Amino acid sequence: MKKTGSQILCECLINEGVDVMFGILGGVVIPFYDTLPQYPQLKHILVAHEQGGAHAAEGYARATGKVGVCIATSGPGATNLVTGIADAYMDSVPLVAITGQVARPLIGRDAFQEIDITGITLPITKHNYLVTDTASLATIVNEAFYLASTGRPGPVLIDIPKDVLTSTAEFNYPEKASLPGYKPTVRGHSSQISRAAKVINEAKKPLIVAGRGAIISQAYEELKQLAETAQIPVITTLLGISSFPESHILSYGWLGMHGMAYANLAVEECDLLIAVGMRFDDRVTGKISGFAPNAKIIHIDIDPAEIGKNVRVDVPIVGDIKPILKSLNKEINKTEHLEWISRMDLLRKEHPSINIRDTESIIPQYVIRQIYEITRGDSIIVTGVGQHQMWAAQHFWFDKPNSLITSGGLGTMGYGLPAAMGAKVACPEETVWCIDGDGSFQMNIQELGTIARENIAVKIAIINNGYLGMVRQWQELFYEKRYVATSLQCPDFVKVADAYNIPGITVKDKIEVIPSIKKAMETEGPFLLNFIVEPEENVYPMVPAGAALSEVLEEPLKKVRCK
Amino acid sequence: MLTAKHTLVAMVTDKPGVLNRAASLFRRRGFNIDSITVGHSELPHVSRMTIVVVGTAAMVEQVRKQLEKLVDVIKVADVTGEGTIIRELALIKVKATPSTRGEIMQIVDIFRAKIIDVSTDSLVIEATGDEDKLSSLYNMLRGFGIKELARTGCVAMVRGGAKSAPIDKESLKDIQ
Repeated sequence: MKKTGSQILCECLINEGVDVMFGILGGVVIPFYDTLPQYPQLKHILVAHEQGGAHAAEGYARATGKVGVCIATSGPGATNLVTGIADAYMDSVPLVAITGQVARPLIGRDAFQEIDITGITLPITKHNYLVTDTASLATIVNEAFYLASTGRPGPVLIDIPKDVLTSTAEFNYPEKASLPGYKPTVRGHSSQISRAAKVINEAKKPLIVAGRGAIISQAYEELKQLAETAQIPVITTLLGISSFPESHILSYGWLGMHGMAYANLAVEECDLLIAVGMRFDDRVTGKISGFAPNAKIIHIDIDPAEIGKNVRVDVPIVGDIKPILKSLNKEINKTEHLEWISRMDLLRKEHPSINIRDTESIIPQYVIRQIYEITRGDSIIVTGVGQHQMWAAQHFWFDKPNSLITSGGLGTMGYGLPAAMGAKVACPEETVWCIDGDGSFQMNIQELGTIARENIAVKIAIINNGYLGMVRQWQELFYEKRYVATSLQCPDFVKVADAYNIPGITVKDKIEVIPSIKKAMETEGPFLLNFIVEPEENVYPMVPAGAALSEVLEEPLKKVRCK
Repeated sequence: MLTAKHTLVAMVTDKPGVLNRAASLFRRRGFNIDSITVGHSELPHVSRMTIVVVGTAAMVEQVRKQLEKLVDVIKVADVTGEGTIIRELALIKVKATPSTRGEIMQIVDIFRAKIIDVSTDSLVIEATGDEDKLSSLYNMLRGFGIKELARTGCVAMVRGGAKSAPIDKESLKDIQ
């Protein structure tokens, strides 16, 4: 039966299991939106800005593991998606971005709102498509979802000219995408797995570093079994947080620039580093020549191009983490690394890293710890980017699998609010906290409108220090306190929220912190807390950019008003 | 770390933009490309790229893997080595007077190249060979005055019965 391009697109989205899309319409995508009422099972959430739509789709995707979908019109609509697409690319988030394009006869003529979005997004998508005829639309959508969600997940963009949406074609949904150049390796090579097992069984000081790959693969049980069988301490990357319960006796926090000093020092000391679904980002490794100098490295990753990209690897295993760990676990001897574990415990005792000082004023660490206490850790935490992000990662204890949603690779300020919105839409039963900075929050503050209209019950905690705090910290430490362009003049966030009919409280006294968080939790719907915190609090530990992990700076004596 | 010239053969689907995707990848990742060529292969809907890249073995392996990650790229093989035939074609327009023409023709003969156009003051020479041969020819002719040079970039093929970048059966099925 013949259908229009718009109808085909809707049918395809339904076939792919899409239940919600985040987007904004515009001239060339009106035909698609015009078809939506025929397909009530496709829910569309109108966002305030396309960047918010892309991040919301990311939040949705990261909370569920399903493909997130965002939609924008041609030209500025499409370019506004770019930051979100780049973010998804860096953090391996399954995303399908659909953009309208001017009608085919106008392409290449600099028509109104024409932009070469496939050209622009070439380096930040796993793949992208410009649909040139309606008959190929179904195959392309099918391929796009397949590409986005399999192998190493990532964003795929489909650019659809207006007249492709309005023309008709026979509609047959392809059963399975077949791409000759795309065959992701799932099962790890068995001899490599055996080699890895041998190395693990021989190691005296093994250390697991788990990344987001372990979460994407949902290898929680397998990871735990590996750690417990051979008594291997586990640390994670920032994006690997919540792949392994942080209250587990074998958990030793996370590594990298603002990771726990003991985790970083353990990397220095270990004789075997088992990298599980991580990519040795420079924020994780510090100076590469000083990274894990005494260790053999086993690297398990689904992306062959990650092997040997940044560090030398002794035993590479390419494939999906979960089945690989499952096979690996069968060959692992039950061991007790008593000496190594007591060494780890000593490192943690000597370098506690995340103690919270008792202060009169509100410090961010305290706020985050209270959110943890009050939610009992049963919450999805979504953050923006900056100091608050690091404090949230440090002071909330993540036991619940996949409970931290944060922008790691791209470090996108403004990520928090829209991503939290997407996560809450995806998981309405879960408590979702958006922990944001005053700078980061203002970058997508307009999504308060979406949250209010759709009554998306996100709880927002703004760690308001009146600065672009992370940059200010760098200026303090490395630019002799020249605070150029980092001081902010924030609006009264509670008044802003009130303008959107979202209730909120500004919290200035420490004694108010706990009751305000409780109030936010008890109130139905969205709630905003504006915590006025110590303005010049710094994030420690810190490995300065370009230094080795062992050169970690621990907290110096602070000039805050201590009790 | 030893840098050397490596020759990669890539089998790619002949979709629009595939050369752009490959070229964009090299630029973005800071890989230094000596030459890149693309043309038909023996398979329908499959084009063949030959890429000459200078770098350490580890870097070239990274290039190969990043290329293979592109969805339109089916297979990439590093064919650098003794067992590979590498050829390039060059057209050289050289100044030639009645007094120098004979000497140029002798050089052309030695290099087993061909003269394909003659005018009162120039010759156009067509030469094929590996890069070294073409460079030597160019150097020999430089003294006469080069008016124009066009080189195609390399194509490569491994000797013997095996394919340079074999595509597995599974993928072949998907190529329509």
